[in-house]
Amino acid sequence: MMHAATAHHSSTGLDSRKLAFWMFIGSECLLFGSLISTYLVYQGRSVQGPTPEEILNIPLTSVSTFVLLMSSLAMVLALAAVTRGDRTWSRVWLLATALLGVGFLGFQAYEFASFVHEGLTLRTNLFGSTFFVLTGTHGAHVFIGVVWLLTLVVRSLQGKLGPDKAMNVEIAGLYWHFVDVVWIVIFTVVYLLS
Amino acid sequence: MSDQPAHSDHKHPGVGTYLTVAGVLTVITLVEVGVFYVPAFERVLAPILLTLSGAKFVLVVMFYMHLKGDHRFFKLFFTLPLVIAVAVTIALLFLFGTFGGSPS
Repeated sequence: MMHAATAHHSSTGLDSRKLAFWMFIGSECLLFGSLISTYLVYQGRSVQGPTPEEILNIPLTSVSTFVLLMSSLAMVLALAAVTRGDRTWSRVWLLATALLGVGFLGFQAYEFASFVHEGLTLRTNLFGSTFFVLTGTHGAHVFIGVVWLLTLVVRSLQGKLGPDKAMNVEIAGLYWHFVDVVWIVIFTVVYLLS
Repeated sequence: MSDQPAHSDHKHPGVGTYLTVAGVLTVITLVEVGVFYVPAFERVLAPILLTLSGAKFVLVVMFYMHLKGDHRFFKLFFTLPLVIAVAVTIALLFLFGTFGGSPS
């Protein structure tokens, strides 16, 4: 049986990869917690503009937030398809998740470019520094997630992503959903409460 | 045969649940943006938005990350650092006077 060779159970009876990945996500909570704290601590302390009120584009970011939320839906549908051995739909949903992630990155690239055009860079003021580090770190996580998802699509096309590999997709899904929940917090704290 | 039981520690929700959660997440996001643009909510904007954001966070973690029925170790490894991160954030905001105290 395939799973006998691929499962990695610990003495707790739990899959050790999944256990390790939840620990990794816990450490990521601390990373993003520190970045969000830094943003909040320095909020409103810039001695020169542009300020968040002057520059943040709420309608645009609302759309990109919706795109990321829908990518999470595509991700769970991909996991469901892989679990039931539906290769066609697992490829469709994995690719859809990756494309929605690329779409989110496109919105972020457009936002960053427009901010730079309006005079806000990493070195302009405290808002620029904390904003770009926080959202840039999140964007880097999304980029890594997109690469990860595309590797899963390739594995699926090679016929190496059957139900026995569902845990691989579940772990990629945990990462993707974590990136989503971090954005849920960033959207509220940085964009709506600024 | 499906190897799902060997890899997963509990049964995942069905597609219907995933679609329902996506619908709820969409509605909450629309309400968030709507509330943001209504001047009448200005005084209570922060608590409303934080509550709505918290609801979205919990929905994704419970249903999409499958933590709702998952093993307590997974919950522990996620919840403990999350609580520490939130506590550190609140402590720093007090320390730097963001809640009305004097900035250090």
